[in-house]
Amino acid sequence: MSNEISPRELRAELRDLYEDYALCLDEDRLEQWPDFFVEDCHYRVLSRENHDAGLPIGLIYCMNKNMLKDRVTALRETTMSEPRSLRHFISGVSLRERKEDTLVSQANFAIMESLSDRDPMLNMVGRYLDTWRHTSDGWKLSSRDCVCDNYRVRTSLIVPV
Amino acid sequence: MDTPTTCSNVGRQNPVESPVHIERRWPADGYTRIPYWVYTDAAVFQKEMDVFFAGNTWNYLGLDCEVPEVGCYKRNWIGTRPVIMVRTENGEIAVLENRCAHRGAQICWQNTGKVNDFTCPYHQWNYDLNGNLQGLPFKRGVMGKGGMPRDFDPKQHGIRKLRSVNRGGTIWATFSDEAPTFEEYCGPEVLAEIDQVFPGKKLTLLGYTRQLIPSNWKMYIENLKDPYHATLLHTFYITFGLWRADSKSENYPIPNSGHSVMISHNEGKKVTEATPEMQRFRTDLEMLDRETVTPKKEFNGGRVGGAWVFPAAAVGIQANTLKTRHVIPRSPTEHELVFTYYGYEDDDEDMTRRRLKQANLLGPAGFVSMDDSEMLTQCQIGATGYPHEAGIIEMGGRDTERTDYMVSEVLIRGFYRYYIEAMGF
Repeated sequence: MSNEISPRELRAELRDLYEDYALCLDEDRLEQWPDFFVEDCHYRVLSRENHDAGLPIGLIYCMNKNMLKDRVTALRETTMSEPRSLRHFISGVSLRERKEDTLVSQANFAIMESLSDRDPMLNMVGRYLDTWRHTSDGWKLSSRDCVCDNYRVRTSLIVPV
Repeated sequence: MDTPTTCSNVGRQNPVESPVHIERRWPADGYTRIPYWVYTDAAVFQKEMDVFFAGNTWNYLGLDCEVPEVGCYKRNWIGTRPVIMVRTENGEIAVLENRCAHRGAQICWQNTGKVNDFTCPYHQWNYDLNGNLQGLPFKRGVMGKGGMPRDFDPKQHGIRKLRSVNRGGTIWATFSDEAPTFEEYCGPEVLAEIDQVFPGKKLTLLGYTRQLIPSNWKMYIENLKDPYHATLLHTFYITFGLWRADSKSENYPIPNSGHSVMISHNEGKKVTEATPEMQRFRTDLEMLDRETVTPKKEFNGGRVGGAWVFPAAAVGIQANTLKTRHVIPRSPTEHELVFTYYGYEDDDEDMTRRRLKQANLLGPAGFVSMDDSEMLTQCQIGATGYPHEAGIIEMGGRDTERTDYMVSEVLIRGFYRYYIEAMGF
């Protein structure tokens, strides 16, 4: 971690990015979700079990932005799933490293899932391990690993983390 | 498998004195009907654990690449029984009950690890990698008082070691002394499927996905024996030609067993006379990342599929993704599903990327398998409410003969033909 204390504005901007990302998913604006990423991005949801053992497999593993868009297409056009609503709770946003046009940060997430005839349930809890790149369009994710503490997924993982 | 397993001929480890008695009658139509109480009844579930998982069956433990060095272990379950596989000093893999001989505590409480020997966390009884009891604290007492009785024989109180076998890097075990050899148990067709994807090449572990599905374990088995649904529910498969009703295919229920082989071919996107009935076929749908749905031909010109090894494991390939599936029943209405992904040591970077990328099709968030866990949840809710009703398994006829076409429920019929006899219904 860099010794220099990051400017307050940058931390505030970073927190806003996490909030915007959460809201995008909570409001089911999936088509806008890829906009948080650069073209040559890496996005992966993986269990802590795989992460800690250095095993590469992901629950979701997108190796570029096209794969993010493909996932949205699949969810919208081909997947059958029980209707649900999600709430993302993001906390502990922390800037770990800052270079000229790159930020390394992390944050905790908790996702509550509500199905239409059952109580809300904690669907997933974990950490975002992120690298952001500064572009002409502001900060974009060049890499996001969503490392979930869940040993196993409850039923299915439908909406990206 | 030569003789069906029943409660009366299982080994010493089974509750032979008090076999589970079930007051249930199978519908008169036999294996073309599945009474919904098989998905909910606690006594049925317990009998399945005794007769199948603890009986004369061979059960999947894992891959030898998961325990590469002496002392490396992996935890798993056979039915509801916790077990461990561990690499011993002679380089072989031993399978042990994960249960201290003293009071029953799990001696391993991590999924994987590396040890010199096993020490129970409770009273520190210590075992070697083969499960032999090496020592226990205060065996001779404290200050001349207490201790274990003089005639306590450590040799009689080791951790039970199961019969196990390594087939091309897959590890299997049985609780039974009477079970046939693994090769006899599988038969030539299932063995050929295992050997195809485990040809003896060194394996590379790519990782796991795990999910807890709120349905009876048999519902998952049936789902994998049901190519009928795959051609309708999984639009993704159909559209991209990865699994279609009009592909060259084969369903083979292995007689007198719960095993089966199901084969299809990746034929790519196409429109044929069967297409209009596949209502979810989307001619307009394209993937931006074509590689996700474009496997490299790997075995016999795009042949995909694999085998179910009764009771709870499947091996096979889907696109270029190699994986095993393992079902761990947790209760009558819950099962855990574990995919273990792997590659071969001689895979190049291109192939490894495909194996990882095409794994997006499978697992809890898989383009084609997230539908399954969603649907099984619905089946369990429906079946639980109507235990006296029954499902109809007549697609493709009422027999259990192998088919050379896809839209058939013959594998489910074959499974229940065996199940009814083995469970004594």
